[in-house]
Amino acid sequence: MTQHAAILPILIPFAAALLQLAAKGYGITTQRSIGLVAVLLGVCAATWLVWLADTGGVLVYALGNWAAPFGIVLAVDRLAAMMVLLTALLSAAALLYASAGFDQRGRHFHPLFQLQIVGLQGAFLTGDLFNLFVFFEVMLLASYVLLAHGGGMARTRAGLAYVVLNLAGSALFLIALGMLYGTLGTLNLADVALRLQTLDDNHALARLACILLIAVFALKAALLPLSFWLPHAYAAAGAPVAALFVIMTKVGIVSIMRVQAIAFAPASATADLLDGWLLPLALATVLLAALGALAAPRLRDLTAWLVLASAGTLLITPVFPQAQVSAAALYYLLQSTFVAAALFLVAALVAERRGELSDLFQSGPRLHAPWLGFAFLLAAASAVGLPPFAGFLGKLMLLSALRDSGQATAIWFVLLFAGLLLMLALGKNGGRLFWERSPHHPHAIAVPAGWRRAIAVTLLVSPALLLALFARPVADYTARAAAQLHQPQAYISAVLGENRATVQREVRP
Amino acid sequence: MEALLAIAIGLLTACGVFLMLRPRTFSLVLGLTLLSYAVNLFLFAGGRLKMDAPPLIRDGANYTDPLPQALVLTAIVIGFGMTAYLVMLALRALAESGDDNVDAKEKS
Repeated sequence: MTQHAAILPILIPFAAALLQLAAKGYGITTQRSIGLVAVLLGVCAATWLVWLADTGGVLVYALGNWAAPFGIVLAVDRLAAMMVLLTALLSAAALLYASAGFDQRGRHFHPLFQLQIVGLQGAFLTGDLFNLFVFFEVMLLASYVLLAHGGGMARTRAGLAYVVLNLAGSALFLIALGMLYGTLGTLNLADVALRLQTLDDNHALARLACILLIAVFALKAALLPLSFWLPHAYAAAGAPVAALFVIMTKVGIVSIMRVQAIAFAPASATADLLDGWLLPLALATVLLAALGALAAPRLRDLTAWLVLASAGTLLITPVFPQAQVSAAALYYLLQSTFVAAALFLVAALVAERRGELSDLFQSGPRLHAPWLGFAFLLAAASAVGLPPFAGFLGKLMLLSALRDSGQATAIWFVLLFAGLLLMLALGKNGGRLFWERSPHHPHAIAVPAGWRRAIAVTLLVSPALLLALFARPVADYTARAAAQLHQPQAYISAVLGENRATVQREVRP
Repeated sequence: MEALLAIAIGLLTACGVFLMLRPRTFSLVLGLTLLSYAVNLFLFAGGRLKMDAPPLIRDGANYTDPLPQALVLTAIVIGFGMTAYLVMLALRALAESGDDNVDAKEKS
C-alpha cells in the first residue's frame, strides 16, 4: 500500500469526479457528500504523504511500472508533499464553503472542482515535464469552466481573456518541450538535469528551451509583464473558486523553484539563466501589486492584488542558491495562500450582507457579524505582515535570509515599502467597510452564514495564528524541504535509480 | 524538406500571432488554431525528419522516434478541447453583449 501512496492524491479526486457525474440524477446532496468525503480522504492521504516524504527519501512512483526515463514517474519529495497537503486543505475549505449554495448557481460544479484538484495535485507530484503540461491543462480546463461558474458578463469577459492567455501559454509550453526534447532527447526532469550537466554543444537551443519553460511558469505565477490577467480573473471568479485559484499561482512558483534547483542551477550551461532579470521583475511585481491594492475599489479586487504581491515576493527567491532562502519562501507561501483564500471568502460574505453596495469600499450598514470583522482583521494583519501573525514571521525569515545577499538593500526596501502600502490599503478600506455607517443604507441584509461557511472561513483564517504558534515545527519542515530541494543529486538518483548508468543514449543527428 | 517545414511553421506562427492580436473573438480563435498547428508541427519535427520510417523499434529496422508523435497526439487532443470551449465562451460573450469585440461592454 505504501508504494501506491504517491498516486492517491490524484486518484481520489478523479474517482470522486467520475462518481459525481454518475450520481448526477441523485441530486446535489449526493454530489456534495461524495465531494466532501473525497476532500477529507485527500487531506488524510496528503498528511500520510507528508509523513512518508519526511521520514524517507524521495518517493518515486513509476506509473505502469515503466522505469524512468522511459516511463512517467511521480516523484514525491518534501516540497511536493507539502504542496499536496496545502492544496488538500485549501480545497477542503473551499468545497465546504461552496456546498452552502454556491454550487447550485451553475451546472457540474462538483465534478469540475474535483478535476481541478486532480490537475493541481498532479502538477505538484509529477516528475516528468510533459506530464506536467498535461496536468497543467487538466487544471486549466477545469479552472476555465469554474471561473465562468455562476454566470454574468464580467465572468464571461474575464474568462475569455484568461482562456486565450493560457492557450497562448500552452502553445509556448509545447514549443519549449519540443525544443527540450529535440536538444536533450528526454522530458523526465531528473534526466533533463543529468543531460544538461553533460551538455557539450547545442547550448543556445537548450538555453532557449529552458528560458521558454521559465517564461511559461512565470505566466502562471503572474510575474510582472505577464501579470495583468490575474486581478481581473481572480476578482471576477466566485468566492470559493477564487479561494482555490490562489494555489494556481503557487504552481508556477513551485515549478520555477523546482526546475531551477534541480535542473538549471547545477548545470554550467544554464546556471546563470535567471540571473539579473528575475529579481528586478519580481520586485516590480510587488510594487505594482501594492499600488494596485491602494487603487482597488472592492475587497475582492484588493485580495487579488494581495495574491499578486505574495507571488512577486516568492519570485524573488528562486535566484538564490541558499537553502534557507527557499525555506523562508516555503513558509511564506503556506501562510500567504491561506490568508488570501480567507480574504476572498470574507469578501463574499461581506458583499452578501451589504446588498447592492457589495464589497465596494463605501460606507454602508452595520454588519451585525463581529466574527466576520475579526476574521478580516486576522487575515489582513497576517497578509501585510504584522506581528504576531504568521505573515510577520514569514516576512522576517525571508528578509533575514536575504540579508547577506548583494541585493539586500533593494529587496528590503521594496518589501517593506510594499508592506506599508498594503497596510494602508487594508487599514483604510477595511475600516470603511466594517465601521463607517451610511444613513442611506441603515440595515444590513440578515443572512445567516451557516455552519459550512463559518467553518470554511475559520479553517482558512486559523493558519494565520496556528502557523505562528507552531512556527518551529513548520519552519523546521520547510528547512528540510528546502535542503532536499537543493540537493539535486539525491533526487536524480532516486528517480533514475540504477538505470542512470546503463541507459544507452542514441546519437542524435 | 527541412527548409519547407521550417517555412511552413514560421508562416503559420506569424499568421497565428497576427490574428490573435485582432480585436474580434472570431479571428482570435482562428489565430489560436493556426498557432496550435504550428506548435504541433514543431513538436513533430522535434523527433527529426525521417522519410519512410515507421515509429516502431525493431532490430536493424529503419525507425523514427515514436515519442514526439505521442506528444503531438496528446497536444492535438488537448488543443481541440480547449478551442471548442473557447468557441463556446466567445459565443456566450457575443450573446451577452451583442458584439464579438474582446473588450465589448455589457448590452444596456
